[in-house]
Amino acid sequence: MKPSLEQLTQEFTQLIGPAAGPAPAAPAPSAVQVVDFAARGVNLDVTVAPDQVVAAAQLLDRHGFSLDTITGVDWLAQGQMEVVYDYMHFTVNLRIAVRTRVPRDQAAVPTISTVFPGANWHERETHDFFGIFFTGHPKMSPPFLLPEDADFHPLKKDYKP
Amino acid sequence: MIDFLMSEPVLVVLRLVIYLVAIMAFVGLNAAYLVLAERKGAGWFQRRPGPVEVGPWGLLQPIADGLKLIAKQTIVPPGTDGLLFRMAPALVLAPALMCLVTIPYGDTIFGRNINVGLLMVFSFGSINVFAIMLGGWASRNKFAVISAARIVSQNVAYEIPMLLVVITMMMVTGTLDLQQIVGQQAGGFWQWNIFRSIWDIKAGALGGNPLVWVTFLIFFICMLAETNRAPFDMAEAESELVAGAFTEYAGFSWGLFFMGEYANIVVGCSMATVLFLGGWQSPIGAVPVSWGVLGSLLGVGMFFAKMYALIFIVIWIRWTFPRTQFYGLLNLSWKILIPTSLFTLLLTGALITLRAIYEH
Amino acid sequence: MTATKEVIYAGGGSLSALPQETFILNVGPQHPAAHGVLRILMEMDGEWITSAEPIVGYIHRMHEKMGENRTYAKFLPNTSRIDYLAAMHYTHAFVGVVERAAKIEVPLRAEYIRVIVAELQRISSHLVGWGAWIMDLGGLTPILYAFDDREKILDLFEHICGARLTYCYHRFGGVCNDVDDFFLQGTRDFVPYMRKRLKMYRDLVTDNIIVRKRLEGIGIMDAEMCRRYGATGPVLRGAGVPYDVRRAEPYSIYAQFDFEIPHYPQGDSMARYLVRMDEMEQSLRIIEQALDQIPAGPVMGKVPRVLRLPAGDYCYAVEAGRGRFMIRLVSDGKDTAYRLKLRTPCLSNLSPFAEACRGMILPDALAMLGSLDLVIPDIDR
Repeated sequence: MKPSLEQLTQEFTQLIGPAAGPAPAAPAPSAVQVVDFAARGVNLDVTVAPDQVVAAAQLLDRHGFSLDTITGVDWLAQGQMEVVYDYMHFTVNLRIAVRTRVPRDQAAVPTISTVFPGANWHERETHDFFGIFFTGHPKMSPPFLLPEDADFHPLKKDYKP
Repeated sequence: MIDFLMSEPVLVVLRLVIYLVAIMAFVGLNAAYLVLAERKGAGWFQRRPGPVEVGPWGLLQPIADGLKLIAKQTIVPPGTDGLLFRMAPALVLAPALMCLVTIPYGDTIFGRNINVGLLMVFSFGSINVFAIMLGGWASRNKFAVISAARIVSQNVAYEIPMLLVVITMMMVTGTLDLQQIVGQQAGGFWQWNIFRSIWDIKAGALGGNPLVWVTFLIFFICMLAETNRAPFDMAEAESELVAGAFTEYAGFSWGLFFMGEYANIVVGCSMATVLFLGGWQSPIGAVPVSWGVLGSLLGVGMFFAKMYALIFIVIWIRWTFPRTQFYGLLNLSWKILIPTSLFTLLLTGALITLRAIYEH
Repeated sequence: MTATKEVIYAGGGSLSALPQETFILNVGPQHPAAHGVLRILMEMDGEWITSAEPIVGYIHRMHEKMGENRTYAKFLPNTSRIDYLAAMHYTHAFVGVVERAAKIEVPLRAEYIRVIVAELQRISSHLVGWGAWIMDLGGLTPILYAFDDREKILDLFEHICGARLTYCYHRFGGVCNDVDDFFLQGTRDFVPYMRKRLKMYRDLVTDNIIVRKRLEGIGIMDAEMCRRYGATGPVLRGAGVPYDVRRAEPYSIYAQFDFEIPHYPQGDSMARYLVRMDEMEQSLRIIEQALDQIPAGPVMGKVPRVLRLPAGDYCYAVEAGRGRFMIRLVSDGKDTAYRLKLRTPCLSNLSPFAEACRGMILPDALAMLGSLDLVIPDIDR
């Protein structure tokens, strides 16, 4: 059964909903947003907690999505690291972005390589560039792209060569 | 003193020495200029000119390459088996040289006519396998070892149909003496084994081996495989095994391997010429290829024309076809060539026996 | 039929009971078949591969960091060098993401020119991939013929932008140079010439029994494996999935053109081969239509002098020769990107290799590697 945007929106809202807990202090932007594709390049933008990324991946795997890429972003000013998972579907024209934020000094996100084996290399690369640790990943070291003895993370905003 | 020098044994030895020197020069020149022919041919098949810089038409290119190879240091990597590593290239070249001694180039132009010449050529041809395997194994390099293993399996597989085919032709000719085999094919191109074996015009009867074209094809394919030429160059599969068994050889050792490979091609094509295409006989019966010095030289010219035509086809095939996997290669030999050559062998034997019975 | 160990040893139960020693073989980084600096650590049992792990990073130049250190215009030349055989596609993606973010209008003539050069680039890229692959298989001649055809394309490109390999032809809002009659006529002449050549390649190479024996049934990567690893492009279309970014996320003016998406269900190397050959034919179709429809007009739109993109993140994907190339651009309102992520196709195409070639024989594994059509700088960026 092919997934549709409304169905996915509903399923993600269900996924995130119970974990929202008590109302946040400041009004947070909507966690599941339908986005204008022509303006942004994705159809659905979902923000999840770090421990929900595996459930999100499983949800999308059930619907037949494929992992496009994993991007890390270093928000130095806010003291957070963001990980964005891009998903694509081969028969339905839908693009989903799942994002999560972790504190900068303790950046750890569960691995989704058990759901999507393609995440293996993407997570290794994100770890090399940002130092984000993907718990449960079979092989975090040696670095994937950097030299074998590299102990630095070049894409961090406070990286000094 | 003069009597001694002109006596029979001394003359025989002198003739042999002269021929050996001539053959070594021939092999050396062949290796050098066949390389040029191959590179020019490759260029023309690939729509480019090939070597043109050194000398007109690139004719001095082999000299330049030879000088470069001699000047390079022969690096013997540590940990290799010193004796085997150094011996392997010579072991590839020497048997090919010895084979060339028995091959008749003209009616009186041959090194030494041995009455089991055919047997000798193919016996020495088998040493080729052994030598390359030694070279690969002694190199202490994983690529070379894999290549040596492949060489052994490939050459063993292709020797069998080649020898079966040779036995078939031997049954037709009835002799192992190369000069006599060529002698039987005198009189015009219809007398060459490749035509005579289908229908013998002189005898007015069915030839010994009606499937001689199949036999020739099998012989040619096996000759390509025995000399490790593409598409049977698993041993040296450049894009898989770097340079295969020859990876660790540099400088003149590699040059010797190379010379050995081209010498083997020369031997193989010479045998194909002798067995199937009439050797030094001319295609028109009237041309006297055995009349005096001029005739002998004409015979040599005929021989070389046929041999080099076959070598051109060998070069042409190399630059046209890709390479099979080695199990495809071995399947071709064990499952197709061997049954076919066995069948032609049995057919030839049956026909010869029937004719013998009929004539009695 | 793939030769796996089980098949060849079928019935020889005693053979598999012998103690087996495996050895490690490094294919690359210096190797005639490695398509660049790729190292594959293979554990081999004789000729069979028990495990193969690609090790990359030998040509890692960190383009993503360069994207953060340079203004958008200064990063334009970098895009050609990520995958030098798909330079037009990658530059198109980068100008596309910036135009999407800054809402820059591109004139129609520029869009047509972009499509024409993209399709010519696709043909040129497939020719190199095809020629190099057949060379890996031992056929040393077709690559020279492919490069001969490619010379014509490179001459056309040299005419419009002065470069033969790394073009930097696109600009934000259009292209830097208009095309003249020489280019248009040359492209028009190229189309029937290439059709003839494709027919010759089909007769001489595709139908060759040795090529077919080397490729049919070898290196099967089915649709499910491609989905789990994110493989796209001819790898995915060779597994039977008709996914093409030009149809799934139509960009530029591809929606106006009539072309097919070639796909074959077998998932073996031959399917990927046929997909590439058919794609060249489809590219010629698109070029013909674009040449017929190209309007007159300007080739550059209005672009602000100093380009600052609104804060937020933007994506843009194109169908490059090897698969889906996507850029994810995170902007914080300044004139350099905050984060520039390049999603390259070859990385995703190579990641199933370890799983797919287990139990294969070395020549088959290398034939399969060639079928993935890898450009290593694309993996490493």
